[in-house]
Amino acid sequence: MGKVLMKGNEAIAEAAIRAGCLNYFAYPITPQSEVAEYLAKRMPEVDGVFLQGESEVAVGYMIFGASACGARVMTTSSSPGVSLMGEAISYITAAQCPAVFVNIMRGGPGLGGILPSQADYFQATKGGGHGDYRLLVMAPASVQEAVEMMMEAFPLAEKYRNPVMLVGDGLIGQMMEPVEFPDNLSIPATNKDAWATNGMDTRKSDKRNLVKTLYLNPEELNAHNLLLKAKYERMKQEAVKYEPYNLDSAYQVLIVSYGTMSRVCKTAIDMLKDEGIEVGMVRPQTLFPFPEQAIFEAAACESCKVALSVEMSMGQMIEDVERCIKGRLPVKWHGKCGGDVPTPEEVIDAVKRLIAEY
Amino acid sequence: MQNEVMFAGFGGQGIMLMGKILAHAAMEQGLEVAWIPSYGPEMRGGTAYCTVVVNERPIGSPIIRNPRHLVAMNRPSLEKFAPMVKTGGVILINSSLIDIGAGRTDVDALNVPVNEIAAEIGAAKAANIVALAAFVSRSHIVDFELMREAVKNEFAAKAKFIPLNMKAVDRGAEIAQA
Repeated sequence: MGKVLMKGNEAIAEAAIRAGCLNYFAYPITPQSEVAEYLAKRMPEVDGVFLQGESEVAVGYMIFGASACGARVMTTSSSPGVSLMGEAISYITAAQCPAVFVNIMRGGPGLGGILPSQADYFQATKGGGHGDYRLLVMAPASVQEAVEMMMEAFPLAEKYRNPVMLVGDGLIGQMMEPVEFPDNLSIPATNKDAWATNGMDTRKSDKRNLVKTLYLNPEELNAHNLLLKAKYERMKQEAVKYEPYNLDSAYQVLIVSYGTMSRVCKTAIDMLKDEGIEVGMVRPQTLFPFPEQAIFEAAACESCKVALSVEMSMGQMIEDVERCIKGRLPVKWHGKCGGDVPTPEEVIDAVKRLIAEY
Repeated sequence: MQNEVMFAGFGGQGIMLMGKILAHAAMEQGLEVAWIPSYGPEMRGGTAYCTVVVNERPIGSPIIRNPRHLVAMNRPSLEKFAPMVKTGGVILINSSLIDIGAGRTDVDALNVPVNEIAAEIGAAKAANIVALAAFVSRSHIVDFELMREAVKNEFAAKAKFIPLNMKAVDRGAEIAQA
């Protein structure tokens, strides 16, 4: 199939179906409502299920229930809605059930606004729900990449028996770009018989599966958390993805940026290059696991004097950038969080100010 | 080279659709393209706008403050966005609803009474198509015939509207070249 022009939200929806997800539960919220609109029409055509929950709290537990039964399942929402799902997300990670969550982020806190934002970085990568858990977090920078990441999200969720969250700022959902869906569309079902409560008849087994999150015995709970920790460590080894940009130059400034913001930075980097100013960038494609090693190594470049975290939040990812750079370079922040995406010119100004200072 | 066009007007004028058809044509031409809507509160009653970015190379920033071209379908849009257009760009002014000029001497300002033209051919709702055709014909941002095909495609499910829209395309092109 050739290229088609699609909105990010619609492309995410179509990619989920092509990844074999036939169970979608959601509650509408701007700027991701087109996912629900698209799947309300499309799911019946493929004998799938779209059910609108009475709230995001309910949706979170619908996801938990379906996943515990071994179904390939997804929801999409936007920032305030994802907050409401936080409790269920914690339970799903505790129960080690696979699921895909999509957050098309809008400005916060509170109701905030409906325009693009990246202010849910902490929520996605550090928690949102309670307890020691992690999500595998992917952050596309284009509609095409959103499709590709959706195709990867389901197998990764099943591989790690852990929810995967795809975060896109509002623009990733609202923008239309040409997309191509991969030809090989079938993702084989993973064997869930070992843990899913999918019925003893279907799996012809006499072992009873139990999905639970309550461990009253402290030793048992500690062992359970160690097991989860080992899994998150494995993700760090295996699942990191990032894109280097202009890192083969003698760059003076290292930018770390993701999503739509990283595209703005690319344009700024190209414009600066024309002026003879070299800037390198690491674009995290996974926010957890974070490209720690890549950023550490990029910061070691001799010509590089300062690092700049460019994000549509008031300085969240910068904490991870600082952690990776381990004090080797000063780390600065540039961003905006009202819904206006910073322009290339604003990024250029920020870079030039830093160069003058360092 | 990168080209950007902003389509602006009020809700109901088919602003988003003009952009979408152009984006479609650009894709068919093998170009990289991004269509960026305004989806903020301004959609409800005020100015609605979308931007289409076209490039031979992958598109970096989809956020454009200074587009090369502007298609202004109502006066508030022209007043708001005309000062932002790059030197040498095309500003299409819907003179049916706008009684002022672009206020610029460094752009190619094109006055087209798109509502009157659409009414003349008996397709009042196709005013946006008249404007799109006039703009593409003047700016050459994409191949004109691919744009025509994209209009046909858009109405594929309502084929009875195609002949009128083709008339709108032809009239738009004529007036842009007049």
